[in-house]
Amino acid sequence: MIKYTPQDFKSNQEVKWCPGCGDHAILASVQRAMPEICDALNYTKERFVFVSGIGCSSRFPYYMNTYGFHGIHGRASAIATGVKVANPTLTVWQITGDGDALAIGGNHFIHAIRRNIDINIILFNNQIYGLTKGQYSPTSNLGMVTKTSPFGTVEHPFNPGALVLGARGTFFARSLDVELKLTSEIMVEMAKHDGTAVTEMLVNCVIFNDKTHSNITDKETREDKTIVLRHGEPMIFGKNRDKGLMLDGMRLKVVKIGENGVTEKDLLVHDAEIDNPGLHSMLIDMKYPEYPVALGVIRRVKDKTYDDNVRDQVIEVRAKAKIKNVDELLRSGATWEVK
Amino acid sequence: MQHKVIDTQDVVIRFTGDSGDGMQLTGTLFADSSALFGNEISTFPDFPAEIRAPQGTVSGVSGFQVHIGSKEIKTPGDFCDVLVAMNPAALKANAKWAKPTATIILDSDTFDEKGIQKAGFQTTDPVAELKIDDRNIIFAPITSLTKESLKDSGLDPKTILKTKNMFTLGICYYLFNRPLSFTEKFIKDKFAKKPQLIEPNIAVLKAGYNYAGNIEAIPNTYNIEPAKSEKGIYRNINGNQAVAWGLLAASEKAGIPLFCGSYPITPATSILEELAIRKDLNAKTLQCEDEISGICTAIGAAYAGNLAVTTTSGPGLSLKSEALGLAMITELPLVIVDVQRSGPSTGIPTKTEQTDLNQALYGRNGECPIAIIAAHSPSHCFEAAFYSAKYAMEHMMPVLLLTEGFIANGSEPWKIPSMSDFPSITPPIIKEAEEQPFWPFKRDEERLARRWALPGTAGLEHRVGGLEKNNNGNVSSDPLVHERMVAERAAKVQKLADFMPEQSLFGEDSGDVLMVGWGGTFGHLYTAVKELQSQGKKVSLAHFDYIFPLPKNTEQIFSNFKKIIVCELNSGQFADYLRARLQKFTYHQYNKVQGQPFIVTELVEAVNNIL
Repeated sequence: MIKYTPQDFKSNQEVKWCPGCGDHAILASVQRAMPEICDALNYTKERFVFVSGIGCSSRFPYYMNTYGFHGIHGRASAIATGVKVANPTLTVWQITGDGDALAIGGNHFIHAIRRNIDINIILFNNQIYGLTKGQYSPTSNLGMVTKTSPFGTVEHPFNPGALVLGARGTFFARSLDVELKLTSEIMVEMAKHDGTAVTEMLVNCVIFNDKTHSNITDKETREDKTIVLRHGEPMIFGKNRDKGLMLDGMRLKVVKIGENGVTEKDLLVHDAEIDNPGLHSMLIDMKYPEYPVALGVIRRVKDKTYDDNVRDQVIEVRAKAKIKNVDELLRSGATWEVK
Repeated sequence: MQHKVIDTQDVVIRFTGDSGDGMQLTGTLFADSSALFGNEISTFPDFPAEIRAPQGTVSGVSGFQVHIGSKEIKTPGDFCDVLVAMNPAALKANAKWAKPTATIILDSDTFDEKGIQKAGFQTTDPVAELKIDDRNIIFAPITSLTKESLKDSGLDPKTILKTKNMFTLGICYYLFNRPLSFTEKFIKDKFAKKPQLIEPNIAVLKAGYNYAGNIEAIPNTYNIEPAKSEKGIYRNINGNQAVAWGLLAASEKAGIPLFCGSYPITPATSILEELAIRKDLNAKTLQCEDEISGICTAIGAAYAGNLAVTTTSGPGLSLKSEALGLAMITELPLVIVDVQRSGPSTGIPTKTEQTDLNQALYGRNGECPIAIIAAHSPSHCFEAAFYSAKYAMEHMMPVLLLTEGFIANGSEPWKIPSMSDFPSITPPIIKEAEEQPFWPFKRDEERLARRWALPGTAGLEHRVGGLEKNNNGNVSSDPLVHERMVAERAAKVQKLADFMPEQSLFGEDSGDVLMVGWGGTFGHLYTAVKELQSQGKKVSLAHFDYIFPLPKNTEQIFSNFKKIIVCELNSGQFADYLRARLQKFTYHQYNKVQGQPFIVTELVEAVNNIL
């Protein structure tokens, strides 16, 4: 088996994102995860295909030394779907942004998830249109002032995770551009998952939407404002690991361990694999300051993939097939002979 | 009265009724029976977009015309010898298609006051009002006789009424001396899972046949001998089925699995349906969320190494425009099938037209030439689809195949070819490259095609995309690189002319008038030119299957005629295209934009007008 290093996945192209852009960190995290994915799943480099749409993040495939397809705006999910259906042995990764996946490409995005086709979607969410120089996106907060919303947006934003659940998604994770190690860890989980895996990357746009996520990403306070969820582990967070999540009736509640008699045993234990999306939905919806923002693999459930279903159907039909080639097809049904 | 059997060379029958009356099935069964009997046939389904339009009204009338003969048949016929009208509205909508000598069979049970009023007649006598008293009109109580013949069947009244089209079919089988056996077998197969319906349907079919034999209103029946066709095995085929099969044939020849990403749209949908059942031949279909996804999934599949196809009609082609540019600039093989219908916008979805030519030629941003092939008859769709796929894969480029509602739904007998008669397909798939790193847009000299390096091949990792690039695959906005790549891509499409067949002619190489056509109007133009030639006129026909690039001998052919008339079902799109390409000729035009095919007589007249 070939032993890869992150270097093997770097292309010879100059990376042209702005200095300080969060995309650089995500690229590094992905390149770092690749050798581990190859080890874990016995993949070789030529099996990777990175597909993207249009936007800053969509330049990503040019920087990977793998097969890559830089598509057109919004259509990456459709192109990636075609690649995967045509050759299911490939491992297909889609790079997209909040505009690309949730505005112009919203339809393809939800239908890829609904089909549960085995592709891995990394959604770079910087809550702004960067490449067109600063217009609001479908994830910009209500009231945000941009060039096309000079008096503040009057639109409610999408929560990408909620959209994934609504489309019957089987895998949803979230990470921060600055959390390189966590991001790499999630990439490996995505690769292992059979079905559509979506990871929302909260990413900073240093030029047009600087510090958009800084209330949770600042290193000093990050651990108090986010919670990293791991399947089977109690929901603990905070710099001192002294805070946690409990259910209070139908709602989540932040509690402090040691206060009001709360012990670690009272905390919720994360179950990413439960089919019912109720709790996953609440975790996805958590917003700072009322709650910590949930990171890590929030949902990872097993279901039949589109690829499995296609393969099973083909096997079933071909086993019973009477027509084996085109000559037989042309002569099937009603024919007559002129002598 | 003495019963007489009259021998005739060809006859046109038009079945009309409510969209729920089963006229499409009746017509298809009559056509198939005649084909099996050995006649030449051509069919023309003419139906509204509504699935069940308001009963008894003119807008809900559905028709199916079939032309059968012992001689060469190339069109479904202009006017009919027999018109079947299942209600007053059908008669009102179709009386204009009946020849002065026609026999008109009416279901007298529907010609009551209410039915006549609903059809919008001003008087209580539709026959007089339409001034068709001189035709041979047969008022047959089809509904009541159907009920009568099934009164002991135990079936409910609604089911009984559904069989009345079999009664009509029985009358026509008697009139034209057709055997009932084919339809009896069809009924047995169709109702294999509802055996209680087999006997009643056959009983009604026979009742209609016997009724026609017993009444004195039918003095003559007709005999149409089998046609003297070439020896071989034949089948009946419609254009959409032929497109699907032609693509499957190309997939088999190339040894490359077929992928079709598509979204249902009239009148193209049945291509997707036909491919969806062909998992036995390794075809994969994906019914997408929209037209854009249809072409984009196909582009992804092409990148991954499948024979990629997307099928649509005019409005869908508009939605696919941007992605078509992507397929062109990434230089991936892709077949786009546009089954043209009446436009613009939603237009008249079930009616035929040739109005997408401009869109096919020019409908994209940037300089984006795409090869265009047009199918000229239902069975020719097979060959047209096969060669579209062959050229797409061998020349590494999208090919747009234009068909039309008229040939997509219309059918004709087809002498079944053998796959060994078709050429091989050898796409430039590579496993390794001499140069390092790999240059994805390096071209071969013969075709100017790039190589197809499939994901999964070690050492050929590369990126493609919609951005302009250099031949080494690196993104470039260098002005001269851009200009060169634009020119290279255009030259590659032009180069296809070296590989296509030359343009052929029907008639002499020179003469007074050259009729020019393209696509699904072939049958009408061919029949018109034959008629003109039989009158001693020096007229020939050049009918184009290859639109872009044009065949290399086009100019030479045109220069041997005194006048050129371009006939097409639009306002002159091909004529304008020829004016731009071959400027030294003057082009007369004959155009029609009514959602209807040509009529042979109008074409003959148009040519006579400039002779």
